[in-house]
Amino acid sequence: MRPLDTAYMLDLVPVIAGYVPLTLFMAIVAMIAALALASMLAIVRVLRVPVLDRVVAVFISFFRGTPLLVQLFLFYFGLPQVVPAMTGINGVTAAIIGLTLHFSAYMAESIRGAILGVDRSQWEAAQSIGMTQGQLLRRIILPQGARTAAPTLMNYFIDMIKSTSLAFTLGVTEMMGAAQKEAAGSFLYLEAFLVVAIFYWIIVETLSVGQRRLETSLGKAVAR
Amino acid sequence: MKCQIEITGLVKRFGPNTVLDGINLCLEPGERVAIIGPSGTGKSTLLRCLNFLDRPDRGTIRLGDLSVNAARASRADVLALRRRTGFVFQNYALFANKTARGNIIEGLTTVRGWPQAKANERADEILAQIGLADRGDSYPAAMSGGQQQRVGIGRAMALDADLMLFDEPTSALDPEWVGEVLDLIRRIADGRQTMLIVTHEMQFAREIADRVVFMEGGRIVEQGPPEQIFGRAQDDRTRAFLRRVG
Repeated sequence: MRPLDTAYMLDLVPVIAGYVPLTLFMAIVAMIAALALASMLAIVRVLRVPVLDRVVAVFISFFRGTPLLVQLFLFYFGLPQVVPAMTGINGVTAAIIGLTLHFSAYMAESIRGAILGVDRSQWEAAQSIGMTQGQLLRRIILPQGARTAAPTLMNYFIDMIKSTSLAFTLGVTEMMGAAQKEAAGSFLYLEAFLVVAIFYWIIVETLSVGQRRLETSLGKAVAR
Repeated sequence: MKCQIEITGLVKRFGPNTVLDGINLCLEPGERVAIIGPSGTGKSTLLRCLNFLDRPDRGTIRLGDLSVNAARASRADVLALRRRTGFVFQNYALFANKTARGNIIEGLTTVRGWPQAKANERADEILAQIGLADRGDSYPAAMSGGQQQRVGIGRAMALDADLMLFDEPTSALDPEWVGEVLDLIRRIADGRQTMLIVTHEMQFAREIADRVVFMEGGRIVEQGPPEQIFGRAQDDRTRAFLRRVG
């Protein structure tokens, strides 16, 4: 067994660090889009909007029922063959769209569960003061559901950050792609992938601290 | 008798059960009416139907110039009706994500579109009236049952409703908090607020109400001034009920 080439690993740190912004960019944009989409999907399901409800059910079923990698390949390699408008799509955009659709399907289900977990009396109280459906969802139900859904949604965000590594299969040079290229030149695969693993780990751990803070602040209405 | 509020032929069914079987009721301006009767006779359902929390199957509800036909009520009708009636829930049902003040101003800012400052002024008045001037920033979870129910009443007061509906406002309270809530309702009643109260507090009903309505089996059996209902009820069912609770 050979010793780890720690000097090489240290040299790699700034190289990989340079790709952190792209990874975070893809994850954050996809997360914001997925949250917005998932909230709409969840509301359609909770309110059982005719027709749309069925469409959303199929959407969720498809994106939960097929691997993310397959979905990314569909968007990047498959669809452009039949949809001319998509021929120029770059890897980053395809990855963001794929991550958004994939994670929105999961997040919609946890948001739906959180909405259904809000006590019936909260809906009635909001109705009794004359709120419209939109007002009561936005002002009363979703904020309370957010508290319940926050830990799960944060887990999806963490999962999403790690899943951005799949973008390298679409030719995007992000953290994982950069490590792969470095390793291909140096043949020090263990060192390169170890460095990139540690980078992901640090990002995720940092977020976990933020997650605990967020949950404390969302829980202040129920704290005695 | 001129009715400010007129309920005609109100019917509500849950599956095969007819819970309200043609209710007719007229309230004069400023009148305080207490509804009493055995459990499961549709008292709460009547209140909930007036606010469309349960949708009545038939009948009309008229509030002043606003007349709503239950069978054909549009979304706009329902909103208009709710915006002119205040509802106080048995279990308080305060917005858990809002402070006491937030609960009170929600209907003013979000529903009526009042500017924040004006709504806050009104909230200050109401917080003082309900005796919670210093608890405006407390969340419901940090308040006692009595305080929560007073905020619930404050939230309904903020609407300046034509009609206030109280659905067993003290039933969920520990005995120690009942007094303060009844006192508050009494003070509102003194202001000639038209109100409909479903209650199990017979002494309270006798003292506060201009008229007492006895309901059983989804119908109004008998109604009249408190001294008549509690003193010399005409119907056997009323007398039997009052013997049981009295």
